[in-house]
Amino acid sequence: MSSFSITEPSNRTKWFAGTLVIAYALITMMPLVWIGLTGFKSPADAISYPPKYIIGSDSEAGFQPTLEGYVNLFTTRTRQTEEFLANNPPENWADEIVRQYDMVIVGPSKFGERFLNSVIIGFGSTFLSVFLGTLAAYAFSRFKIPLADDLLFFILSTRMMPPIAVAIPIFLMYRNLGLSDTHLGMILLYTAVNISLAVWLLKGFIDEIPREYEEAALIDGYTRFQAFYKVVLPQAATGIASTAIFCLIFAWNEYAFAVLLTTANAQTAPPFIPTIIGIGGLDWPAIAAGVTIFVLPVMIFTILLRKHLLRGITFGAVRK
Amino acid sequence: MAQIVIKNLKKQFGDFTAVRESSFTIEDGEFFMLLGPSGCGKTTTLRMIAGLELPTSGEIYLDGEEISQRPPSERDIAFVFQMFALYPHMNVYKNISYPLVSQGMPRAAVRDKVNEVAKILGIEDILKRPVGGLSGGDRQRVALGRAIVREPKAFMMDEPLGALDAEFREHMAEELRALHDRMGATTVYVTHDQLEAMQMGDKIVVMNNAVVEQFGTPQEIYDKPATMFVADFIGSPSMNFLPFHGKVDDGATNVAMQNADFIIPRTREPFEGDLAFGVRPEHIKISDAAPFRAEILATEYLGTTQIVTLQTAAGSVKARISAQKQARAGDTVGLEFNPATVTLFDRQSGRALRSELNEGVLHG
Repeated sequence: MSSFSITEPSNRTKWFAGTLVIAYALITMMPLVWIGLTGFKSPADAISYPPKYIIGSDSEAGFQPTLEGYVNLFTTRTRQTEEFLANNPPENWADEIVRQYDMVIVGPSKFGERFLNSVIIGFGSTFLSVFLGTLAAYAFSRFKIPLADDLLFFILSTRMMPPIAVAIPIFLMYRNLGLSDTHLGMILLYTAVNISLAVWLLKGFIDEIPREYEEAALIDGYTRFQAFYKVVLPQAATGIASTAIFCLIFAWNEYAFAVLLTTANAQTAPPFIPTIIGIGGLDWPAIAAGVTIFVLPVMIFTILLRKHLLRGITFGAVRK
Repeated sequence: MAQIVIKNLKKQFGDFTAVRESSFTIEDGEFFMLLGPSGCGKTTTLRMIAGLELPTSGEIYLDGEEISQRPPSERDIAFVFQMFALYPHMNVYKNISYPLVSQGMPRAAVRDKVNEVAKILGIEDILKRPVGGLSGGDRQRVALGRAIVREPKAFMMDEPLGALDAEFREHMAEELRALHDRMGATTVYVTHDQLEAMQMGDKIVVMNNAVVEQFGTPQEIYDKPATMFVADFIGSPSMNFLPFHGKVDDGATNVAMQNADFIIPRTREPFEGDLAFGVRPEHIKISDAAPFRAEILATEYLGTTQIVTLQTAAGSVKARISAQKQARAGDTVGLEFNPATVTLFDRQSGRALRSELNEGVLHG
C-alpha cells in the first residue's frame, strides 16, 4: 500500500529526517566522545599527531587504554629516589601506574572537594531558585499584586545583560560582606541569576493550571496553603522539573564568577579542572577525566527528567 | 439543610459592578435557579455564597448565621464546578473522599461513606479509575459525589451540565433533579439556559446587568414577568412587544392601541407615555373576523404547532398556533389576544405596570 497521506510522512521524508538527526547528533557528540577517549589515554597518546582513536588497537590510530588520567586526577604524587622505590613495593594498582614515572602517591587531590563544592552550590542554588520561583510565580499568577506587571518586568530585566557585566560591583560587594569564596555566597549569586528564569517559566506553567482545582480544594475544607501544596504543586511538577534542569545546567557550568569569586574554600570544579598540571605541562588525560566526571551528573539528571524537559521547551505551543 | 438569605449583596471588581444590591431568600430544600445571560452576575453571586469571592457589602445568612466574610472551609457548602475540577492526579475514589479526609474522618468511615455515595450515583465500578479517562457523564457524577459525600448544608452548582453533550444533558438534568428530591438538600444552580431553569427549578431568580430582575416560581416568571427583559429572556419564541404611545387609568380594563381597543387585566396604577403591549405567542389567536388585522410574513412548522410571523400596524408579532390550522404567507388575517394574559410595560424603564395579573409577584 503506497498511498499518499497528509498526516503520515513518506518513507523518503522519514529517511531524510533520520539522516539529518543522526548527522547532527554525531557532530554535537564528537567533543564529548573525544573527551571520553582522552581520559583513558597516556599523556603521550593524548597529544600525538595524527590522533589516536581506536581503543586497544596496535595500528597507527590505536592506543592502549590506561587509568593514568583518572589516577592523576584524584591523587597528588611526588617523585622519589630509586632507593625508596626499590625498598617500598607498590601498595595497589594505582600506585603501580604512577611508579612508571618514578613517583608515589602521597594523598588525594583537591578534585573531590571541588566536585563536592559544585554539587553543593549547583543543587543548592537550583533548589533555592525553584523554591522561591514557585512561590513567586504562584503569587503573580493567582493574587492581585499592585504593579505586578512592573515587578515581573523588573525581574526579567536582571537578565537583559550578561551577568558578568556586573562582576566588578559584585566582587567588591562580596569582599565587603565576607561572601567571597563561600558556599553561601555562590549559592546566592547563582540563585539571583536563575530566579528570573524560574519565575517566568513557572508562572507560565501555573497560569495553565485552572483555578477551579484550588477552589475545589478550598470548598473541600482545605486552607489556601494546603490547596497550594496538595493540588497546585503536583500539577506543576512538570514545570518545576524542567525549570530545575535549566537552573542546574547554568549553575553547574558557570565559569566566570567561579574564577573571580572563589579560590580555595568554595571553588567549584569548572575553574579547578583546567589547572591540573602534570609533568612537563598540562595533564590532558587528567583534565579529560575530570571533565568526563563533571559532565555525568547533569547528563544523568537531564536524562532522568528528559520527558519534562521536552514538555518544558515546547510548552505553550499546543493547546489541549 | 438550610435556608439561605441574601441581603443587599453587592460585589465590585475595581470600577466594575458585578452584582448590585441583590436580595432574595432561598428556602430550605429548594432547588433554586440563578438565571441570566453571561456576565449578568449570577456566577459571582453563587461564588459569594460559597465563599470563593468576598462581597463588597451586604449579608449572607446560612441558617440564620451571617457567613459573608468567612472562608469557604467554614461554611459547609459544596460546589460543583462547570468544568468539574476533579483533581487530575487522583483516582475517582480519592477525589470523592478528599473532603472527608480534610475533616480528619477515620479511614474506615471514609470508605463506607464513599461506597455509599458511589452506589447512589451508580459509579461503584469506576472507583479505582483515574479521572482523566472518564466520560463527561461519569466526571459529572464524580463531581456530584465529591459534593454530596460530606452532606453539606447546601449545594452550589455552576452550570454543571454546560460541558455535556446536548442529548446527555437532558438525562443528567433528570438525574440531578431526582438526586435533589431524594436528599432534599438546598441547591443553588446557575444557568443561562432558560429551559433548564424552567424544567428543574422550584424557584428562579432572573438576573441581568448585575441586577435581580425578578424572583419567583417558574410559572410566575413565565406568566407574570416583572420586566421586559424577563419577558424577552424567558420563553421561545419570547414574548411579543407591540410599542405604542398611550394612556391607562388606575382600574382600567381596556387600552387603546392603533385605534383598536383591547381588553387587559384590571390595572392598579395610572400611566401615560411610551408603552409596550406584551403578549406571549401562544396567547395570540388567528381569527378571520377579528378587527385587528395583520399580514402573514412567514410560517415555521414545528410538528404539533407552528410559529407564524405576522406584520401588524403596531409592529411584527409571532403567534404559536396549531399545526392543523391553515396559514399561508401573504394572507391578511385578524388577530385576537387572550385578554387575561396581557402585560403592559413602561418602555422607558422596562418595568411591568401593576395589574390584577401580576399582583403580589412584583417586588421592590
